[in-house]
Amino acid sequence: MEKIILFAPLVGAIIGGFGWRIIGERGAQILTTSLLFLAAALSWIVFLGFDGETQHIHILRWIESGALSTDWSIRLDRMTAIMLIVVTSVSALVHLYSFGYMAHDDNWTHDESYRARFFAYLSFFTFAMLMLVTSDNLVQMFFGWEGVGVASYLLIGFYYKKPSANAAAIKAFVVNRVGDFGFALGIFGLFYLTGSIKFDDIFAYAPKLADMQLHFLWTEWNAANLLAFLLFVGAMGKSAQLILHTWLPDAMEGPTPVSALIHAATMVTAGVFLVSRMSPLMEYAPEAMAFVTFLGATTAFFAATVGLVQNDIKRVIAYSTCSQLGYMFVAAGVGVYSVAMFHLFTHAFFKAMLFLGAGSVIHAMHHEQDMRNYGGLRHKIPYTYWAMMIGTLAITGVGIPLTHFGFAGFLSKDAVIESAWAGTAGGYAFWMLVIAALFTSFYSWRLIFLTFFGAPRGDKHTHEHAHESPMVMLIPLGVLGLGAVFSGMVWYNSFFGDHDSVNKFFGIPAHAEAAAEGHGTQTASHGDDHAAVGVAPQGAIFMHPDNHVMDEAHHAPKWVKVSPFVAMLIGFVMALWFYIWNPELPKKLAETQRPLYLFLLNKWYFDEIYDAIFVKPAMALGRFLWKRGDTQTIDGTINGIAMGIVPFLTRLAGRAQSGYIFTYAFAMVIGIVVLITWMSFNGGAH
Amino acid sequence: MVQADLNIILPEIVISVYAMAALLVAVYSAKDKLAAPLTWATAGLFVLVAVWVSGMTGEATAFNGMFINDGFARFAKVTILVSAAAVLIMSQAYMSRRGLLKFEYPILIALAAVGMMMMVSAGNLMSLYMGLELQSLALYVVASFRRESVKSTEAGMKYFVLGALSSGLLLYGASLVYGFAGTTDFAGIIDAAHHGGSIGMLIGLVLVVSGLAFKVSAVPFHMWTPDVYEGSPTPVTAFFATAPKVAAMGLFARVLHDAFGSVTADWQQVVVLLSILSMFLGAFAAIGQTDIKRLMAYSSIAHMGYALMGLASGTALGVQAMLVYMAIYVTMNVGTFAFILSMEKDGQPVTSIASLNMLSRAAPAKAIAMLVLLFSLAGVPPMVGFFGKLMVLQAALDAGLTWLAIAGVIASVIGAYYYLRIVFLMYFGQAQEDALDHRSAPVLTVMLMASAIIMVVGIANLFGVESAAMAAATTLVQ
Amino acid sequence: MSVVTFAFYLFALCTIAGGLFTVISRNPVHSVLWLILAFLSSAGLFVLLGAEFVAMLLVIVYVGAVAVLFLFVVMMLDVDFAELKAEMAQYMPLALLIGVVLLMQLAMAFGAWEFADTAQSARAAIAPSDEHNTAALGLILYDQYFLLFQLAGLILLVAMVGAIVLTLRHRKDVKRQNVLAQMYRDPAKAMELKDVKPGQGL
Repeated sequence: MEKIILFAPLVGAIIGGFGWRIIGERGAQILTTSLLFLAAALSWIVFLGFDGETQHIHILRWIESGALSTDWSIRLDRMTAIMLIVVTSVSALVHLYSFGYMAHDDNWTHDESYRARFFAYLSFFTFAMLMLVTSDNLVQMFFGWEGVGVASYLLIGFYYKKPSANAAAIKAFVVNRVGDFGFALGIFGLFYLTGSIKFDDIFAYAPKLADMQLHFLWTEWNAANLLAFLLFVGAMGKSAQLILHTWLPDAMEGPTPVSALIHAATMVTAGVFLVSRMSPLMEYAPEAMAFVTFLGATTAFFAATVGLVQNDIKRVIAYSTCSQLGYMFVAAGVGVYSVAMFHLFTHAFFKAMLFLGAGSVIHAMHHEQDMRNYGGLRHKIPYTYWAMMIGTLAITGVGIPLTHFGFAGFLSKDAVIESAWAGTAGGYAFWMLVIAALFTSFYSWRLIFLTFFGAPRGDKHTHEHAHESPMVMLIPLGVLGLGAVFSGMVWYNSFFGDHDSVNKFFGIPAHAEAAAEGHGTQTASHGDDHAAVGVAPQGAIFMHPDNHVMDEAHHAPKWVKVSPFVAMLIGFVMALWFYIWNPELPKKLAETQRPLYLFLLNKWYFDEIYDAIFVKPAMALGRFLWKRGDTQTIDGTINGIAMGIVPFLTRLAGRAQSGYIFTYAFAMVIGIVVLITWMSFNGGAH
Repeated sequence: MVQADLNIILPEIVISVYAMAALLVAVYSAKDKLAAPLTWATAGLFVLVAVWVSGMTGEATAFNGMFINDGFARFAKVTILVSAAAVLIMSQAYMSRRGLLKFEYPILIALAAVGMMMMVSAGNLMSLYMGLELQSLALYVVASFRRESVKSTEAGMKYFVLGALSSGLLLYGASLVYGFAGTTDFAGIIDAAHHGGSIGMLIGLVLVVSGLAFKVSAVPFHMWTPDVYEGSPTPVTAFFATAPKVAAMGLFARVLHDAFGSVTADWQQVVVLLSILSMFLGAFAAIGQTDIKRLMAYSSIAHMGYALMGLASGTALGVQAMLVYMAIYVTMNVGTFAFILSMEKDGQPVTSIASLNMLSRAAPAKAIAMLVLLFSLAGVPPMVGFFGKLMVLQAALDAGLTWLAIAGVIASVIGAYYYLRIVFLMYFGQAQEDALDHRSAPVLTVMLMASAIIMVVGIANLFGVESAAMAAATTLVQ
Repeated sequence: MSVVTFAFYLFALCTIAGGLFTVISRNPVHSVLWLILAFLSSAGLFVLLGAEFVAMLLVIVYVGAVAVLFLFVVMMLDVDFAELKAEMAQYMPLALLIGVVLLMQLAMAFGAWEFADTAQSARAAIAPSDEHNTAALGLILYDQYFLLFQLAGLILLVAMVGAIVLTLRHRKDVKRQNVLAQMYRDPAKAMELKDVKPGQGL
């Protein structure tokens, strides 16, 4: 069953991508979509029927090279099961949604076919993502990791006729390379120290790594910290964390379903997944984890501030994604991986929903994306309005404080913030997240108010012809809406509720010390394999015996638990004030606080700084190497040989061919003398 | 005793007797009207004898070791006979149409074949020389077969005079070797040189090698090749480029291993030098050519350089690589010359490269077959020609001749230029008004296509040539 | 110095001088004459070695036939040797250098000449001492070297065929003499006698 889940999208991608001329564009669309729905249905069966015990499903022998030996197999545990349903469900819905969204596209002329290609890319992405989440070892994961990178590149640059789309695709790819470099170094380091790339072996070795030193660059580092940090660099790239976040907003150049699938629900969460997957290592790397927490909190805050002033509807949601990913990293950074996964899970639903809703709005407004040209759309497109409303309620975290009733985001975000309070003793991360929650509320409501309320702005004609999207686009919104409302409440206990249910859910023995007794038979079998380095921890995630953050979070003071709700309320009221009650206020504020406004509007000038520090010097260096190094030196040399020396020798050979017998005979005699002399000098004559 | 000896050389006897009988029959009957049937009959006989020879097993010597029939000789003989048969078949139509086909042509080729078979079976410096002269003399004659053409007679004359010089060198070398060893028998020479030869013998060795290098047209004994290739009638050129090269290479290997196998280090450096010079001169000089026959002359010089590289390694692997290389080379050349023979404009043969402009439009099938052959000649993977080069390079590397292998790679890169230039002309050249004639003899088309198909299909297992060559090589190199 | 030694040096010097002057003499006819001297003195050397049959062969075939043929060819062909030589003269310095190097190498070879240990025994087996050397040659040629002898025959056959094929011309536009037809010509059939009366025509 797991193999069917894994390979169904690949089959769809191959047939749809290469065979659509045979089965037709429509056929390719239907095939890929139905295969994805099949995978999604099977994933839910796996998820609901999963008992928490890690399984290894062997597919084939993969690499045998020296000490490096690995199989291609599926590691099925709770984390994989969660990711399976997230990936396949959202992907299936996005496939369905794309039927409507991609039906007519102004970027292509009538006789160009692009739909089959789009669906094939989507299915290929899904396959790569499944490879990533089901992997049993780091190299297989890296394969999936790069696969989603490629798919992302292809899909961001899907409108390859637009220069901006090409630039964005290249930017995404290049920035991700920086992260991947770190990831690759991390894999090398782990293989260097543990001699294996299998998760089980590495996890079993993790406690030892904490005591080891590794020389890197100029000094000695703690091995666990260094490797955890390097892996996190990879996660930073993929999950668009600060420093390496610049590609995500630009990636909105891709079609909106792509943004929903790749840049909101699945691929960007791969970093969080990686950190959680490597939890047995992360637990032994406290400094690296502190860095993760710090960077996550800063990203959450930074992205939220930028989101406040953006005007493009998709960019607002993109920064929102960036910010929410920061939340997840904070949860992972303080050691509550289940909460990180919880937020990842709920976020997938409501963020995909927001994107698809935004897509519906854009679709209705004839590909107009600037919110300043929206307004008063709630009567024109009521279903979309309600869907966006649910998404906003979920992301801002609406619920009843101190109970477990609320939208998905309420439960998961509060869990993150409580964990942050407990993990940092009410420090930097906690306050950053609370402020970010306020901003989140503000920009989310701002989006709603600008789009659906007030008087219509912008082109009159467009407004008059705004129309509700077809059913194929609304059904996915409805399904995701269910998730956005209920996923938090249903699985709260499993992810965060109380210790025992979390342990049960993730298949963790009561605590690490209990592992030996509780799962004696199983550890015995593992013990045989890794007798030398100890036993790989059981379960999908690992929490150090000294890690009590989750328990402390449960016992956080009331004010901590209420604080995100209060922040949300403040944000909501401010948005109401700015955009409903007094619509002139934002403009005035922007004028009076112009430097701040520009600072935020220009995304803290990250792109400009990078441009000055990296891009321009790199271009200059590249141009120098190209003009001086390549054209003049290398090409010059080769051309010199090819066009100078070769013709010279050719002419020489031609002139020697005089046609006179005595010349030829003379050449033979010279040849003999040369050969004899050559032999004499080479010691042939002893 | 004599009975047994005669049995061993029976294939040669059969061809000789056939040649003499055919001569008598033709002289006393229809003369040149018999030429075409005789050509086909000779080709048929060659194929039959090739099948016969390939079925033989074991190792035998005749006439006190003057004649050796071993696996190596048989491999070379089969290659010689089959390629000679192919060339004969190809030449029939071409020569009849131009009134060149005299009944002596197939007979001379048959006698040359006897000479070549003697060469690869030689076990004595004297039988070596006899075989060599029998082959050479026949070739001198066929080179000037178009006797009303100044170029053809000039080609024959040049070939003859220079061939005589090379024979003189070879004989002088042989006499030096005889002076040292006291015998002309290969087995005796290898015994005598067991403790290292004297400098006199080594000079003799170099002279013998020079004489043989002339026959394989290795630089600097190659000068006759372009002129003779250009001047001779095209079918004769095709013949020159195939069977005699195999025979000369086989003889080369035979002498170096059977007679001088104990002084490998001494001749190795000489062969290395010949190989490098041939590869580079072949590559450089071919670039400036405008006539495809001259170009093929330089191409064959370069190819002989690669075959010599296999020989230079001095190992069984090297001999195997050389044999495989020669088999591939011959196949490619048969196809290429089938194409050249079919190049006609208004019924007249043309050989200028410029006439191939935009051939892909006029004759797409021929152009694609030629493309495959040219790629294979240039050694572009995945054509069979690449594997031939790969094998000799491996053999050279194996023997520690790294620099030779590197030089070979560089030369092949340079050499690829002129092959690819033809491809460029055929596919991206300038269209011309008077293109080549479409019509070509079915035999030529079949040969061209078969050769091209072999170049592609052969990559699977080289039709088992590799293992056959290995078996042949191990009988030569102990 | 015995007579034999003296004769050897005389013949050897004559051979070398003959060869040298064959190459350098300006008149081609002189060259051929010098060549004949070289052949004759070589024959003398063979006699000294006791190979009188080969010596006679040399005189009869080379001096008697080949050299005379050369002489005719040289006299009949109108080749401007002076011009050819001028062409070659520009290579003279290089050719001299090469020649000197080659000579030195050969000198080295002969100076340090050595025989293989097995050379003497291998050689001794060939020449029978009790036979007259013509008979000995015959024995070897038709017995031991039977293969080579036959091959030589084939080579001669090729040479003959080649000579004919390259030179024989059947010209259709030339009238040829048919001797038999002439001889068998019957006057009765070929001639008709007519009696022409005076004053009348036919």
